[in-house]
Amino acid sequence: MYPENMLQSAKRLEATREERMKQEIPLLGADAKKELLHAFHPDYIESSMRKLLVGPNQGERTPHELADLLEAYPVIESHVETGEPAHDVDVLIIGGGGAGVSAALVAQAAGAKVLLSTKLRIGDANTVMAQGGIQAADKANDSPERHYLDVLGGGHFKNKPELARALVMDAPGIIRWLEELGVMFDKQPDGTMITIHGGGTSRKRMHACQDYTGAEIMRVIKDEFRYRDIPYIEFAAAVELLTDGKGTVSGAVFVNLETGEHFFVRAKTVILATGGCGRLHVQDFPCTNHYGATADGLVLAYRAGAKLAFIDTIQYHPTGVAHPEQIVGQLITEKVRGLGAQLVNAEGNRFIYELESRDVTASAIIRECKGRGKGVTTPTGGLGVWLDTPLIEILKGEGTVRKSLPAMFHQFERFGIIMDKEPILTYPTQHYQNGGVLIDDTGHTGVKNLYAAGEVAGGIHGRNRLMGNSLLDILVFGRRTGEAAAAAAKALKEPPKTTTAHVAPFLAELKKADIPHSRKSPMLLPDYRQPEMRGRYSFLGQDPECRLPAD
Amino acid sequence: MADKKGDSATAQPKGSPKMVTIYVMGKAYQVPKDLTIMKAMEYAGYQFVRGCGCRGGFCGACGTVYRTKDSYKIKVGLACQTVIEEDMYLAQIPFFPANRASYDIAELEPTTQTLVKYYPEVMRCISCNSCTKICPQDIDVMGYVNAAIRGDFERVAELSFDCIMCGLCASRCPSEIVQYNVALLARRVTGAKVRPRARHLAERLKEIEAGKFEPGIEKLVAAGEDELSKMFYDKKVRDIEP
Repeated sequence: MYPENMLQSAKRLEATREERMKQEIPLLGADAKKELLHAFHPDYIESSMRKLLVGPNQGERTPHELADLLEAYPVIESHVETGEPAHDVDVLIIGGGGAGVSAALVAQAAGAKVLLSTKLRIGDANTVMAQGGIQAADKANDSPERHYLDVLGGGHFKNKPELARALVMDAPGIIRWLEELGVMFDKQPDGTMITIHGGGTSRKRMHACQDYTGAEIMRVIKDEFRYRDIPYIEFAAAVELLTDGKGTVSGAVFVNLETGEHFFVRAKTVILATGGCGRLHVQDFPCTNHYGATADGLVLAYRAGAKLAFIDTIQYHPTGVAHPEQIVGQLITEKVRGLGAQLVNAEGNRFIYELESRDVTASAIIRECKGRGKGVTTPTGGLGVWLDTPLIEILKGEGTVRKSLPAMFHQFERFGIIMDKEPILTYPTQHYQNGGVLIDDTGHTGVKNLYAAGEVAGGIHGRNRLMGNSLLDILVFGRRTGEAAAAAAKALKEPPKTTTAHVAPFLAELKKADIPHSRKSPMLLPDYRQPEMRGRYSFLGQDPECRLPAD
Repeated sequence: MADKKGDSATAQPKGSPKMVTIYVMGKAYQVPKDLTIMKAMEYAGYQFVRGCGCRGGFCGACGTVYRTKDSYKIKVGLACQTVIEEDMYLAQIPFFPANRASYDIAELEPTTQTLVKYYPEVMRCISCNSCTKICPQDIDVMGYVNAAIRGDFERVAELSFDCIMCGLCASRCPSEIVQYNVALLARRVTGAKVRPRARHLAERLKEIEAGKFEPGIEKLVAAGEDELSKMFYDKKVRDIEP
């Protein structure tokens, strides 16, 4: 149900629909893109970032919100080195989303003794929220080379070539693996995959499972994980990595989020699959991410000496919900535009080709609202532009919205908005961490025996990821790290020493840089309570054995 | 941490918001009206560990049961998607102990008896419809349990596709069926065994195996930024499929 001003604007949108359907908006050229990004993409706001004072990326820029966590004191400054590990394994996987679970499946199949830990439940990850699809060049008119060129173009040609290569070459094999596990892709009756465009694709290579693509993939691989009987611990958050005293990673220290108890795991190799940083709300943007997306893996890897890549670029998804207020910032999948819905301003006009890459489309929406004053104002004073969803019904036939976007239809229907009859209002929302821990094509980081896969890893997507390449990358690199970490663990005969020796030099750097001692990380979970309640009685530090650093 | 747009319970229309009373596990709290259950609980002072996952209606972590004033009816909703009501009396069910059968999807040869074999308890369904009534996704759960008894994988798969596995159906079932795991097996069988495989995918994999794309990819990997950029914007090299 829309208020009067929005209804008026929606009427203008209806009036221009017929004209708009005939209108062709060309793709932007390189210079026009650059100009738009510089003027309106949030990454280009000088004051939103600062140069890091400590660590492997010292001197490089990153958003303040992330810098505050990278330039922060550990929760535990000295690990109790006596005592036995709670678990002693070959491969420790931290994170239970698509990357972690696929890594676990492969590592165990390779004969490694595996433990998977997650601070929430297995499957509580951005993976389940990925609605639109997964890319793979598996049709006759497409090729991995074309996919590669699209990936690089989307990333502004800054991607690490060997990572992009792994991504596109493994893609068809990933789809096959999922098909064998029983993922229900949208198919023609003869088994042909139904594929559509995403922003920045030159071929229709987006495979989907209605708008539950990530959820369907996750529930299937999680079911397989349970069948394989792989040991796991839920509601246990890693707060520090362990090293052997010579810089090689050898496990991690955990806190049980329900009891406050601390324990440690010894592992020959460690895979970080901790996901992204959406819950940092960079520049106060709302976000599409799940509750645990707090950049923990970046913090842990950084303190262990790993180099991060592209941490000065955040992906804002062009179409987050702008109204109703209750679900502001939640994702409206790019698939909506893939199906033909147009972006329309308050006056009823289009202003950008809808399937430009995400950074470009998001910038165009911000320009429309903030630069040109042609946004629609919401009851809470927010701004947005329309997504003409009823147009999908005209283009693709009646019933398409309900059939292809059931989750989204349901979500808006709860608030009285019938999206196959009325348009929906959108504005960019923080969505993805384009960069992360720099890896090679086996998922190995710059730190010995430390691997990273999924959103926590960086380099694959350069400065901007395309739709459908994230569900792909978590599985490609999840599987690659699983294999590599299992092999590396096998080569190690003796169980490694477990120390926090690597923390001491980092502490010295923090002190030298005058970082306030009250600033602690990892964050583990966001705190959305009223400001006066925040920080009180939080789960950390309840354990009397936990030596919290004194201020 | 500063107030964040979107996820802050304080992102309210200007002026002081109208407050309503809700009861979290019996304890009364005054919270601004129009919040979701999740944001209302956070406003009241809860920091979730369990009972909160994706915050977007996909993960099933925040299944919540509630009653409203003067009604005997038990209602349900996802805390992240359901707006509070005056005098709402609520409790979350963040976990339910569920039975999951052990099967190897690769080895499994589907017959009409497969679902009943792994989950014989489906035969105990007494058609009370409690599962369907409680489903926050409005899935016809009893309908797919009946289809499972008939061994109709595709019907179960189709009816259950929106399932987020929150477990509320299982919590209400007098016959102790874990409906969502039955549905998961049916969907996996449908995807892996019932529906035909994609032939174009098999062909592409053969081509990759044979090294067909190696020379092309090698050239691209070796190409510089300028060269790639030229190719990318050249409509003849990179034409867009209509």
